[in-house]
Amino acid sequence: MILGLDVGGTHTDVVVIDGDQVVGKTKMLTDEDNLIESVCFSILECTGDLDPQDIQRVVVSTTLATNAIVQKRMPPVGIVVVSGPGMNPDEYRIGEHYYPVTGAVDHRGMVIQAIDPQEIDILRTRLKNAGVERVAVVGKFSTRNPAQEQEIAHLLADAFPTVVMGHSVSGQLNFPRRIATAYLNAAVAPMSGEFYRAVQTCMERRGLMIQLEILKADGGTMAQERSLQYAVETILSGPAASIMGALPHADPHREEIVLDIGGTTTDMAVLVGGVPLLEPRGISIGGYKTLVRALRTCSIGVGGDSWVRLEKDRLEIGPERKGRAVAYGGPEPTPTDALITLGAATGGHRQRAAEAMRRLGYQLKTGVEETAAMVVEKTCSLIMEGVGRMVDSINQQPVYTIHELLEGRQISPEGLIIIGGPAEELALPLQSMSGWSVKVPPHHEVANAIGAAIARTTCEVTVVADTEKGYVCVPEEDYVASIDRQASTQEVIDLAFGLLKSKAFRLGADEDDLEMELLEVQEFNMVRGFSTVGKNIRVRTQIKPGLISHYREAAA
Amino acid sequence: MNASRRTGLVFFPAFDWAISPDHPEREERLLYTQDQVFEEGIMDIEGLTELKPRLASPDDVQRVHFCVPDIEHSVTESHLISAGGCLVVADALMKGEVDCGFALVRPPGHHAMKVVHGSRGFCTINVEAVMVEYLRHQYGVDRIAIVDTDCHHGDGTQDIYWHDPNTLFISLHQDGRTLYPGSGFPEEMGGPNALGTTVNVPLPPGTSAEGFLYVLERIVLPVIEEFEPELIVNSAGQDNHYSDPITNMNFSAQGYAALTERLQPHIAVLEGGYSIEGALPYVNVGIILALAGMDYSRVREPDYDPDRIKQSEMVTAAIRQTCDQILELRKSLPAKREKYVKGSQYVERTRKIFYDTDGFFEGQKETVRICQECAGLVSIDSWADSGRRILAVHVPRGGCEVCRATANRWFDNASTRRFDLVCLQDRVAGTYQVKRA
Ligand SMILES: [Zn+2]
Ligand SMILES: [Zn+2]
Repeated sequence: MILGLDVGGTHTDVVVIDGDQVVGKTKMLTDEDNLIESVCFSILECTGDLDPQDIQRVVVSTTLATNAIVQKRMPPVGIVVVSGPGMNPDEYRIGEHYYPVTGAVDHRGMVIQAIDPQEIDILRTRLKNAGVERVAVVGKFSTRNPAQEQEIAHLLADAFPTVVMGHSVSGQLNFPRRIATAYLNAAVAPMSGEFYRAVQTCMERRGLMIQLEILKADGGTMAQERSLQYAVETILSGPAASIMGALPHADPHREEIVLDIGGTTTDMAVLVGGVPLLEPRGISIGGYKTLVRALRTCSIGVGGDSWVRLEKDRLEIGPERKGRAVAYGGPEPTPTDALITLGAATGGHRQRAAEAMRRLGYQLKTGVEETAAMVVEKTCSLIMEGVGRMVDSINQQPVYTIHELLEGRQISPEGLIIIGGPAEELALPLQSMSGWSVKVPPHHEVANAIGAAIARTTCEVTVVADTEKGYVCVPEEDYVASIDRQASTQEVIDLAFGLLKSKAFRLGADEDDLEMELLEVQEFNMVRGFSTVGKNIRVRTQIKPGLISHYREAAA
Repeated sequence: MNASRRTGLVFFPAFDWAISPDHPEREERLLYTQDQVFEEGIMDIEGLTELKPRLASPDDVQRVHFCVPDIEHSVTESHLISAGGCLVVADALMKGEVDCGFALVRPPGHHAMKVVHGSRGFCTINVEAVMVEYLRHQYGVDRIAIVDTDCHHGDGTQDIYWHDPNTLFISLHQDGRTLYPGSGFPEEMGGPNALGTTVNVPLPPGTSAEGFLYVLERIVLPVIEEFEPELIVNSAGQDNHYSDPITNMNFSAQGYAALTERLQPHIAVLEGGYSIEGALPYVNVGIILALAGMDYSRVREPDYDPDRIKQSEMVTAAIRQTCDQILELRKSLPAKREKYVKGSQYVERTRKIFYDTDGFFEGQKETVRICQECAGLVSIDSWADSGRRILAVHVPRGGCEVCRATANRWFDNASTRRFDLVCLQDRVAGTYQVKRA
C-alpha cells in the first residue's frame, strides 16, 4: 500500500492506495497555524484501521515553500555573483545582500579572469555583520566550469551554515535564472527541511518506519534526505500533483488536456501519449524566473467561485473571487450558483442561487434558467479559450533545427481529463462545447494526493563534452573528468545514462522505474582555421515523469 | 530586466545545415552565440519576444529572384527557413507587436542576386530582399532603406535594388580591391532610373569603431534622413570584427552595439561573421541589447583591448577622403544621369559574375527601359558556365502600362530554342510566368 499526502493552503488530503484501488481518503481543512498537527491528524485519520507494516511508501506534496516565496516570507540570503563581461549584473539583483565580484569564465569553461580572495574575505565579514546565514554563489558559465564557484564557496564555508552553489541547482544555461534558483534554494531549504522532518516524525509516531518521499514540480519524487540539497525543486509541486493524479486515466495514444478546476482558478496541462509536457526553461514563481524543472502548467482566473457580473451589458466572469457561491451564503453570484440553479449541482441553497441568477437575468432581459445557462456557457468558453492559448503557445515554441521545423510537431488535443470541485458538473457542457471526449476520474477531489502517491522518482542529467580540450563536465553532479579525444557521441550518451541512473538511485528510485530518455543530443565539429580540432557534444537525459511500476502493474 | 524598446528575436542557428563539414558557414556557427544568449538570459528579458521561424513560400522567393532552373532545385529548406525567419520578424513589426527585431538566422543572403544560378559567398537567396518585398506585398510599405554593415560588399542586394528608386541601399565594407566580391566602389550609385539610391562606402583594412561611426555620422545618417524611408533594415554582418578569420578589419562588439544604437534599424538581419567563438557571442549580445535599448557597456570580448585595435592615422585619412568623394559624387547626380542616358530609350550593361561557392561564371546582358512614369522594366539575358541560359524580364512595382506591355512582348517573343528558361516577374500583377525549352 502507498500513502499520498497533499498539504495545500486550504485542504490537506490523504489517500491510501492498494494496487489501483483507493482504500482510504480524507480531506480536511488545513490549519496553517498548526500545520504539522493537521498533517499528523490527517495521516492518523486515514490510516486508522490499517497495519502500518502494510504501507511501503509515503509521498508528500506541499505548497508550503511556494506560499513562503509568494508571500515573500524569506530569510535574508547573501548572493555572490561572478558575472564577467556581458549583461550588467545589476539587472539581476535580488534583495539587499547582492554582490557582483571579480572573476569570469567563458562559454567553453575557460577562466578568463581570476577571482580575488581578498574581495571575498571582505564580503564574508560584511555578510556576517549583516546577520546573513545563507549564501548563494553563482557564476556565469559555472555549468561549464564550476571551479570559481567552488573556490568562493570554500572561502565562505566555515562562516555560513548554508552555501548553495549555482552549478549544483541545474545544468541548463541561464545565469539570471541560476541566480534566482540558487537564491530560492538557500532561502527555502531550512524551512522545508524542518517541515519534512516533522512529517517524518508524525509517520514514525504512527509506526510508519519508512523514508518519506517528496513530490517535485516536475511530477517526480525524491527522498527526503536529498530534499535539503534540492529544496527548490519541491516548490510549486501542487499543480504537478493534480496532473500526476490524472495520469492513470490518460490515453497513451493521443493528446489530452488535464483541467484542475478549483474555486478561483483552473490549472491546465497537456499530456502527449500519457506523458505530461515539461516547462522548457523552468518555472516562474513569485516573480522569480527559475531553472526548476517543472511540468508545463498554465493557470487562468476562472473557477467555481469566480465573481459573475455584468459590465456594459456583457457577462464577465473572474478573475476575482468575492467569496463563496450565493447558494452557500456568499455575496455575489458564481458559476456554482448557475450550476445549482440548473440542477446540475446539488447542495447549497438552490432558491438563493436562482434568485441571484434572476437578478443577473433582469439586467440581461432573460429568464432565470437562460441566464444560468449563459453563465455556464461563458465559464466553459473561458476555460476552452485558456486551453487554446496554452496549445498555441506550445505550438509557437521556437525551434533550432531544420528537422524540428519541418517535422513541425503540432499539439492537437482530443480529450479532457477533468478534476477538482466542479469537475462533474462542468464535464457535460465542456464536452458539448469542445466536441472532445471528457473523463472525470473517480476520487478526483483528492487527485492531488493520489498524484503524489503514485509518482515515480525523476531527475535530469546534462553532459557537455569538449574533445578538443579532452574534458567532460556534468555540472549538477559535480562531475568533471577527462575524455578521450576520439570519444564518440554514443560514449557521451552512455556516460549520461550511467550518471542519470546513479543519480536516480540516490534520489530514491526503484530499479523498475528507470524509464530513461534522451532529451537532447547535439554534436558539433569544432573547426579552427580549416581543420577539425575536436567535437563539442551536448547530451541531456531524463527519467520521464510517470507512474511507479508498482501502480502501473496493478492498474493493468 | 526590462527592454525599453519591444524587440522581437528569431534565433535560428540551423544546427543541422552546413555548406561542408569544415566550411566557415557550418553547424557550429551560432552555437556559442546560443550559449551566450541563453546564459545571459536574453530570452527572459521583459519586452523581448522570441519568435518561431517559418518557411518562406515559393511566392515569397519569386517576388525577388529568378531561380535557375527552378526553386526546388536551387533553394534548400534551410534557405527558406532563414528567409522565413525574417518574415516572422517583419510580421511582428508590422502588427505592432514589437518596435524592432533581429533575425539571427543562417544561411546568409546578401550576395544572392536577382538571377540565381547557384550559391555565391555562401548565399543562395537574398533573405533581406525576400523580406523587403514581402513587407511591400503584404503591408504596402514603400520606401525602405537597407544598410549593409557586413564586411563584404552587399553586391547581391545592390543588384536587386540597382534600378529601384524606392529602396535606398547603403553598403559599408572592406575595400573591394582587398576582399571578395571585389565590388562596391563610390562610383556605383544605381541604374539610370534610380541614380543615387545606391551608396557604397569602401573602407580600408584596419578600420576600427572610430571609422565606422564616422561614416555613419558623415554619410549614412544624412543620406537616410534625406531619403525619408518608412523602414530601416540592417544587414548586420559581423565579419568586420578584429578576430574574424576571413577579413582584415578592427571592429568590436562595443562598436557594433554603438552603431546599432545610433542607426536604430527596425529590423536587423544577421549576415556573415565567422569568428564564431571570439566575436559572434559578444557582437550578437551587444546588438540585441542595443536594439532593446538596454545597457551594453559591459559587453566585451575576453581579449578586448581598444589600444591594440585602434585604427592608424593613415586609415582615418583614407576614410575621410572616401567620404568627401562620395559627397562630391552625390552633388553631381543629375549631370551623371544625363551622361548615362544620352537621350536613349534603353540602357544596357554587360558583366561577368563569379559564383565562388559553386565555382563557375555567369555572363549577363541587362537592359533597362528609361521611363519617366515608373522605375522601368528590366530584362536580363543570362548564361552560366553551369550550362543554362535564361531570359529574365522584370516589371517593377508600380510599373506603367507601356513598360508592362513591352515586357509582355519580350516574354512572348523570346524563343525557348534560344533560352532554356524565359521568365516574367510582373510585380504589378503579382505573377511569375515561366516558359521552358
Ligand atoms: Zn561577409
Ligand atoms: Zn514605365
